Amino acid sequence: MTASDTPTSGSEVVTEFVNLTLGGISSGAVYASVALALVLIWRATRIVNFAQGGMLMFTTFIAYEVIQHTGSYWFGFVVALASGFVLGALVERMLIRPVEGGPPLNAVIVTLGLLIFLEALAGMLFGGQLKSFPPAFSIRGFDVGGTRYAFAPSDTFTVLSVFGVALALGLVFRYTSLGLKMRASAFAPEVARLLGVRVGRLLTLGWALAAVAGSLAGVLVAPSVFLGPDQFDGVLIYGFVAAVIGGLDSPLGAVVGGIGLGLVLSYVSGYDSSSSVTLAALIVLMAVLMIRPGGIFSTTSVRRV
Amino acid sequence: MTELSSAPAGDNLSASPPTGTAAATPAPPRRRVRDSALIRHLAITALAGVVLWLLSLWLTPFNDLRLANGAYYFVTLAGLTLLTGLSGQISLGQGGLVAAGAYTSALLMANNHWALIPALVASVVVASLVGGLLGIAAARLRGPYLAGATLAFALALPGITDRFAGTFGGENGITTNAPVPPTSLGANFSPERWQAWIACLAALVVLLLLLNLSRAGTGRTLRAVRDDEVAASLCGINVARTQVSAFVVSAACAGVGGALYVEISNLAAPDAFAVTLSLSLLAGVVLGGLGSLAGAVYGSIVLVLLPNWSTDLANDLSLNQQVSSNLPLAFYGLVLIIAMLAAPRGIQGVVLTVTRWLRSLRAGPPDTLTPAASTPGRIDTDTSTGGEG
Repeated sequence: MTASDTPTSGSEVVTEFVNLTLGGISSGAVYASVALALVLIWRATRIVNFAQGGMLMFTTFIAYEVIQHTGSYWFGFVVALASGFVLGALVERMLIRPVEGGPPLNAVIVTLGLLIFLEALAGMLFGGQLKSFPPAFSIRGFDVGGTRYAFAPSDTFTVLSVFGVALALGLVFRYTSLGLKMRASAFAPEVARLLGVRVGRLLTLGWALAAVAGSLAGVLVAPSVFLGPDQFDGVLIYGFVAAVIGGLDSPLGAVVGGIGLGLVLSYVSGYDSSSSVTLAALIVLMAVLMIRPGGIFSTTSVRRV
Repeated sequence: MTELSSAPAGDNLSASPPTGTAAATPAPPRRRVRDSALIRHLAITALAGVVLWLLSLWLTPFNDLRLANGAYYFVTLAGLTLLTGLSGQISLGQGGLVAAGAYTSALLMANNHWALIPALVASVVVASLVGGLLGIAAARLRGPYLAGATLAFALALPGITDRFAGTFGGENGITTNAPVPPTSLGANFSPERWQAWIACLAALVVLLLLLNLSRAGTGRTLRAVRDDEVAASLCGINVARTQVSAFVVSAACAGVGGALYVEISNLAAPDAFAVTLSLSLLAGVVLGGLGSLAGAVYGSIVLVLLPNWSTDLANDLSLNQQVSSNLPLAFYGLVLIIAMLAAPRGIQGVVLTVTRWLRSLRAGPPDTLTPAASTPGRIDTDTSTGGEG
């Protein structure tokens, strides 16, 4: 509403469009990272992990404390990813293993309970007031030909690191024997077990890797949304929407869905109003699902009769 | 196929066979009254009404308000348990439908000065229409895709009130006047008790309708679709239509719930219908026991009492403010996790197990029953508990 009112010159229109596009890619990368975490867990255990929002919040708080005490951003960054790995493995072993194979809703309720519990625990340990999380690089936008764009080195880092993680996970899944075993234990656990694959251990590893992708999203998005116990609920929901748009079985779909959703929400927020964003997310999701009920990158699955 | 044939057999355990069967095979005279489902449901509803009436007289005004809140939760959970438990469609968007009902009531009562009952009916109509649209979209979707779509719906509906703040009052919402008890009840009759009466009456009507619905052919059709869509469609059931109608019925219940919410709190504001409402409704229905109306009762009791209990507990422990303000939430999360690990079928599952155990104690040693006769019955119970009322 605000910026679109009577633009004086064509170049301003272009600048605004470029800004919205770059901003959309940057926030979309974060959604993609959360979506990637959800997709990895869905592929491995057929569970939608709502606790991901709480887990990434918690690891971001840990990173914040580490940065406050050591003064090193990168040490905090690494600690966030490492604690995400441990937390993911612990959650799978202690809470998810007992409800695996049970009614699917029960696992959903367990992850919801964990989300609520982690948010409350973070409130107890770190307090409810919002904290500003330092960005990895400067948040001063790039100057190109005298025009400053709303895309900063820290946004570049966000996009590159999410793409890097997505690419690395893709390579691991496709080209290593570990990835082959993980895919095998996700798609045919019984057969994989018969062939000597330690299925349980690989499911734990799957949760741990997914939590790393989630933790990355938390550290990357924290500078712009601030750090608080329930500050990442929106990121979680949009990440889930992105994963559903892309198709829950497809890591590529998670990235495409995340970037696509980020772009649409950025345009809607810029050209209409930020209060239309949730409605736009619903419309985009419904439009995609009406055409492809299993997401963009779904493959036709056999329905057993 | 097997589920279709076993569903009526499962009904025998806690309820009578359908009236058609009862007419065909002459039952012993002493069971004839119990065999009429309608009379039994009327009796259950009347009994519940008497209990609620006595409870409302005994409770303090503050607790009468809790009772009214319990009725609001029950109505909403009953609709959700029909949708998710009987027809097998997960909905994370029930709060959005409650919001549709609440805003309809609040707008009509505040702007057009409608009375409570017509506003409630209008809420049901609007919520059913919205639910029908959502259901048409949902009939194409399964599992997590349906969860994602309904979650986006729950997120978007309160967002609409912000986008069109002129109509819906934005963040502050719409306030209405509290219902005034009729003067014939006496000057000292507390408004809270009157609110509880209205809410409980609406809940009883919903209870009676849903009891009949889930026992009759509709209930069996829903269960058939839930258990095996292909088998159901081979039996001539229109799967998509059944799923959409389940959405409409549950949305109508949510509409009643929304109207009751406005009746109780005299306010329709976006904060009350955030995504957390949808999620806690789902948690309530699973905690109570999915697919049974008794489970919806337990779930609504939990949703009303648990926050209060945990807040009292936090206050009693005299911890520092940062910890005690978060303790209720932590407790709630822990209860959800532990309940799902310890009692996967919710409170109703525990109740069923305990009553079966008591019945087996009363029946004496197991050699009075031949194993061949007792075993199939037990299997039937296990397969049909998800859909038992």
